[in-house]
Amino acid sequence: MNTTANKIEVSIGSALEYLDLVQTVTDCITSFMGFDEDTAHWIGMSVRESVTNAIQHGNRLDQSKKVDICFEVAPDHLEIWVKDQGHGFRVDDLPNPLDPENLLKPSGRGIFYIRSFMDEVEFRPLSQGGMEVHMVKKVSSN
Amino acid sequence: MKIDTRTVGDVHVLDCSGKITLGEGTMAIRNTVREVLKGGGKKIVLNLAEVNYIDSSGIGELVSTFTTVTNQGGQLKLLKLTKKIQELLAITKLLTVFQVYNDEQEAVKSFS
Repeated sequence: MNTTANKIEVSIGSALEYLDLVQTVTDCITSFMGFDEDTAHWIGMSVRESVTNAIQHGNRLDQSKKVDICFEVAPDHLEIWVKDQGHGFRVDDLPNPLDPENLLKPSGRGIFYIRSFMDEVEFRPLSQGGMEVHMVKKVSSN
Repeated sequence: MKIDTRTVGDVHVLDCSGKITLGEGTMAIRNTVREVLKGGGKKIVLNLAEVNYIDSSGIGELVSTFTTVTNQGGQLKLLKLTKKIQELLAITKLLTVFQVYNDEQEAVKSFS
């Protein structure tokens, strides 16, 4: 784990066992920033969902590939980047979990939850390959 | 993730506690419900009062369990949702799918 004045970076291998570690780091940061309990919970869940996707769907559990998580703490917001080394995907191609035909599908809700709980969410393909999820939560939107 | 199974008449109540997240938690629900169905149980209540964390895979497992039980001629109902589970089900329109109860007796009675 690397830290600078307001930046915390965590790099993990592509194993689901690291999810609790990332969750703990996220919980420490949101607590430090003074987010209320509910907002902190939803931020933690959004990071967990992003990292799960990066490990499972991005890097396809390939232990040689990494997932990088970067938190930037600002006075009025928390910014988070999650990067994988996979083949990427087109976010527009994802099925809408609210469509009646998708309602009973067992998967496909993670990104919907992230978009519901964070103030800004962007998905970008990286020039070196892989995907980056960029999320922002404003302190004032607590 | 811990699941204690008990019966109230012919209704199987599964008291879940801990985390329902990808892997261990989701497998625990799947396996326990499978065992109940294998033993001929058709009326199942999932008590989620002590579930302190659930992720999208956990929500997906609830949906998948609902489908499995329904396809085998059974019924699955949810009991005592936490505020957070309620919110996750509500925003994905799943409260329209599940029958949800706050009172155990009421949930048990609903099968008859």
